[in-house]
Amino acid sequence: MLTTIYAILFYVATLTIVGGVLVRIKQYWSTPAPLVIPTTPAPTTKRGVWFRMFKEVALFESLFKSNKWIWVFGMLFHAGLALVLLRHFRYFTDTTALIWTWVNWIQPFGMYAGFAMVIGLVGLFLRRVFVPRVRYISAPSDYLMLILIFFIGFSGLMMKFVSHTDIVGVKQFFLGLMYFDWQPLPTDLPILVHLGLVATLMIIFPFSKLLHAPGVFFSPSRNMVDNPREKRHISTWAAELEK
Amino acid sequence: MTDITTSAPAAPSVDDYLDPLAVPALKPGAMKDLHSFEANADHQEKLGFPGGLIDDWHDVAIDKMGDLLTKYRGFRVYLDSCVKCGACTDKCHYFMGTGDPKNMPVARQDLLRSVYRRYFTTAGKYVPKLVGARDLTEDVLGEWYNYFHQCSQCRRCSVYCPYGIDTAEISMAAREIMDTVGKGQKYCNEIIGKVYDVGNNLGFPTKALKATLESFEEDLEEETGLDIKIPLDQKGADILLVTPSADFVAEPHIDGFLGYAKVFHAAGASWTVSSVASEAANFGMFIGSYENMRKVSMRIRQAALELGVKRIVFGECGHAWRVAYSFLNTLAGPFDFLDPRYPVPMHICEYTWDLIEKGELKFDKSRNDEYRLTYHDSCNVARATRMGDTPGGQFEIPRNILKATCNHFFDMADDTIKEATVCCGGGGGLLTDDLMDLRVKGASPRMTALQNVRKEHGVTHMAAICAICKSQFSKVMPKYDFEMDNILSVHQLVSNAILLEGAKDPEDDDDDDDDWIPPTPPPRPPRGSAA
Repeated sequence: MLTTIYAILFYVATLTIVGGVLVRIKQYWSTPAPLVIPTTPAPTTKRGVWFRMFKEVALFESLFKSNKWIWVFGMLFHAGLALVLLRHFRYFTDTTALIWTWVNWIQPFGMYAGFAMVIGLVGLFLRRVFVPRVRYISAPSDYLMLILIFFIGFSGLMMKFVSHTDIVGVKQFFLGLMYFDWQPLPTDLPILVHLGLVATLMIIFPFSKLLHAPGVFFSPSRNMVDNPREKRHISTWAAELEK
Repeated sequence: MTDITTSAPAAPSVDDYLDPLAVPALKPGAMKDLHSFEANADHQEKLGFPGGLIDDWHDVAIDKMGDLLTKYRGFRVYLDSCVKCGACTDKCHYFMGTGDPKNMPVARQDLLRSVYRRYFTTAGKYVPKLVGARDLTEDVLGEWYNYFHQCSQCRRCSVYCPYGIDTAEISMAAREIMDTVGKGQKYCNEIIGKVYDVGNNLGFPTKALKATLESFEEDLEEETGLDIKIPLDQKGADILLVTPSADFVAEPHIDGFLGYAKVFHAAGASWTVSSVASEAANFGMFIGSYENMRKVSMRIRQAALELGVKRIVFGECGHAWRVAYSFLNTLAGPFDFLDPRYPVPMHICEYTWDLIEKGELKFDKSRNDEYRLTYHDSCNVARATRMGDTPGGQFEIPRNILKATCNHFFDMADDTIKEATVCCGGGGGLLTDDLMDLRVKGASPRMTALQNVRKEHGVTHMAAICAICKSQFSKVMPKYDFEMDNILSVHQLVSNAILLEGAKDPEDDDDDDDDWIPPTPPPRPPRGSAA
């Protein structure tokens, strides 16, 4: 019964996050930026824009200029999350295969990254509560999002360090989902909580501010080339005005 | 407000310096009633907007928002992407000056984002309270009007946002929506109407323009003894100069304009001003109206075609340079009928600096020795344009010109200049007396930074290349213990120092010797006593 519920939940969650994000990306992709509006000084070449975007996405360059505390907590959280996600590949892959050997290699890093992630989340939460400016701009969903992700991380750490779950069973469950050959899900509480929250997060993703993840790549103030004098930039709807 | 010391300063000590970017305590509602005059029917209709608030404004506003979401990627991405991290919250000069939390960039965006969420997102439709979504009501519209006219669209927040969210784009969209339902702002819309009627923001007719330019020629002759021409509508001239109309009527703008004339004269250039495009400013940008911005821009194309010029050069104006540099090619291009060897358009500072680099201009820097100068980076030039070939040229070129023409130049604190520059407080369509309270408060970060270099280096004057900055500073500087004429045009300093062949010396007793040595810098002037 639980296996069926969780199986369906994960199919729904996967379809929602993939479909939802693709719809948004398509929307961003197809909406023109009619005017050249990079925040300057901006790169004058496409390659320069790739570099700027890399610094923005990997190093949070603008945030670093802005506020060191948010940068530290944001970095702890996102870098931690990235490693943790990579570590979780072991539940979906055959780690004896050559192309997945890095998954074994990354395990110890991913394990401690879980702590970094949770510390980052706590820091961001405390700022939201105690800095009056940030408290002012926070809606209930902003707190809930942090709490949700915190408990995902917390339940994950619990399973690793306090109350182990049957991870072989978990892996078989997910491989079963992937090959449409359902296998029973271990039923201890921490894994059910963990997976339930993860599925919730996946479903919420395309309807929430988590869209900042795809959004940043489409931000015209960051992804446009500073070349308006050299190259005429005109959108389809604006070209209509010239007729 | 900043505490202004009025006694003559002793040697500077750390205590003398206030932090220009100090974060104020939150004062909710501090600026909620500041309501700039609304446009009347005449102002609105000239721009193609309804004359007053229409009956079905609610539905039309939501439809317009939907329309903008499909037309401007930035608008949609910025509304979706904000995570409320708080990075921008202390970056707006109006927040720093007023403490009103709705002047924090994210809070300003949220005035509109909350409505976007309610009508255009799943979460906002079903659980509005949870995600801070709200209905568009008359109160909300009023709040939009007041707070989107407390944004100078200076883009400082966008520099610091991890997603580059630009409040200027949100505030332009909000103004466009308000115009569409008949709730426009008088200052911007009246001015755009004047451009359509007369050709410039000030409503300065061609006849008066002609007379003014002739009087400038007389002034120049009196000063230099040379016949320096300021041609108007001269067909076949090489260069069309498009400059803010303030350059024809007010100080310190005029002195800058005379500087351009001297530079053109020294270069032996053939140039002209146009009565069709007797205005560089384009307030269509401030109200976020692509159509109006395009219509205003087309005058420049028309003038260039009619006069048969080869190049277009823009005078000192901040937002005008944004529209010119970043948008003109899009709005009124292609400019394939101009000389392809030159960028279209060029900034007067690019033009002058190019001549200086080639060694074609000669200066006597000592003529500016009465000034100990700093430079204010105008927001639109700094964060929305470029000069020269390399990113950041918009910071270096004006400074290079100042250093080539003045002996005493000192920058203000790093976190208040270049890409981090703080706005003058009067940009974005706010340069109107009915917003004076906001303008004075919004200028406080810049004024504090200026007071600091006055204490540290004895700086007496600040130069800028924006008509709005210059007008704004002339008005607000006296509130911060400066004189209204402490703001200068960059080309005014060029004008003072330039050595024109055959010109009479401005000071008859001056020894114009090549190895002339500047006098020791003047002592730091006493403060306050002169006020």
